[in-house]
Amino acid sequence: MRLSIKLGGLVLLSALLTGCVTTTPYDYNAFRASNPRSILVLPPVNQTLDVSASYSFFTHVSVPLAESGYYVFPVAVVEETFRENGMTDPNDIHALPLERINEVFGADSVMYIKITQYGTSYQLLVSDTRVTADATLVDGRTGDLLWKGQATASSTEQSNNNGGGLVGMLVVALVEQVVNSTTDRSYQIAGMTSGRLLSSGAVNGVLPGPRLRSQQRQ
Amino acid sequence: MKSILLKGVLVGCVCLLGACAPVSPPLYYWGNYQPALYQHHQNGVTNYDSQISAMEAIVARAQAQGQSVPPGLHAHLGMLYFNTGREPEAREQFAVEKQLFPESGHFVDYVMKAQPETSL
Repeated sequence: MRLSIKLGGLVLLSALLTGCVTTTPYDYNAFRASNPRSILVLPPVNQTLDVSASYSFFTHVSVPLAESGYYVFPVAVVEETFRENGMTDPNDIHALPLERINEVFGADSVMYIKITQYGTSYQLLVSDTRVTADATLVDGRTGDLLWKGQATASSTEQSNNNGGGLVGMLVVALVEQVVNSTTDRSYQIAGMTSGRLLSSGAVNGVLPGPRLRSQQRQ
Repeated sequence: MKSILLKGVLVGCVCLLGACAPVSPPLYYWGNYQPALYQHHQNGVTNYDSQISAMEAIVARAQAQGQSVPPGLHAHLGMLYFNTGREPEAREQFAVEKQLFPESGHFVDYVMKAQPETSL
């Protein structure tokens, strides 16, 4: 009896340990060398059929990136600034030369997000609401690639908290507030995807930014 | 004996779980900023007054709790004030943004220049 408890404990412990182990480590040399303080996230390009995908995802980027220690340019102001300059299509905005973008924003780094899945597919027994996105971070002056990532989240998962850490939990909590007032399940899942994609706590995620590092030193 | 073993395993598990989770509290008070952003967009972006009340409420609650307002919130509020012709308040909000987050300096200067001065 005692042996079986010990064995059970060991199995549990090893399961927990493997839960923490990272996969292939990401090469962060360029990211570290650039050491950006600020991130300008451009309006995401939407490759899905749901027209609300771009802005829905856009409203979710600030929490994980700011909580990772970066200055994040306010998405509503960024959107309006582009609109005032006659640009409303994220595809056009992503094609702008970096110099033009930085005449306006002066951002240390610029992030390009693409949404590849957004919405609900109905199957025989279950419906699956899924949001998948990838992100590319480049140096604001040189355009050098600093980081790349991809994440997905689905309504069919158990509501656990893998990948996002504390910020992931925060995002989920924030989103749960709104899900009672809107029925937009995709919006909720987009928050989970964004938390996984853009939190410094995520596996191979962005590095902790200056404002998080200075808080952790205190 | 059995219970001691069990306790040991439990303590071990808790320590391991703790090792996975970051210990620091959130950097900012977010309130309902993100859902508010989305809902305003769903309702059309021109309902400035209700957006202003939502932003002002977040700033007030953050101050009451002694927490920091997230990056961009003051600039966002500033933009809404500009949109509703409340220019002095708008400029004040952008100045606060720049003071709290010097990373925004270049952009704040751009916005201030882009907005024509109105004589009062």
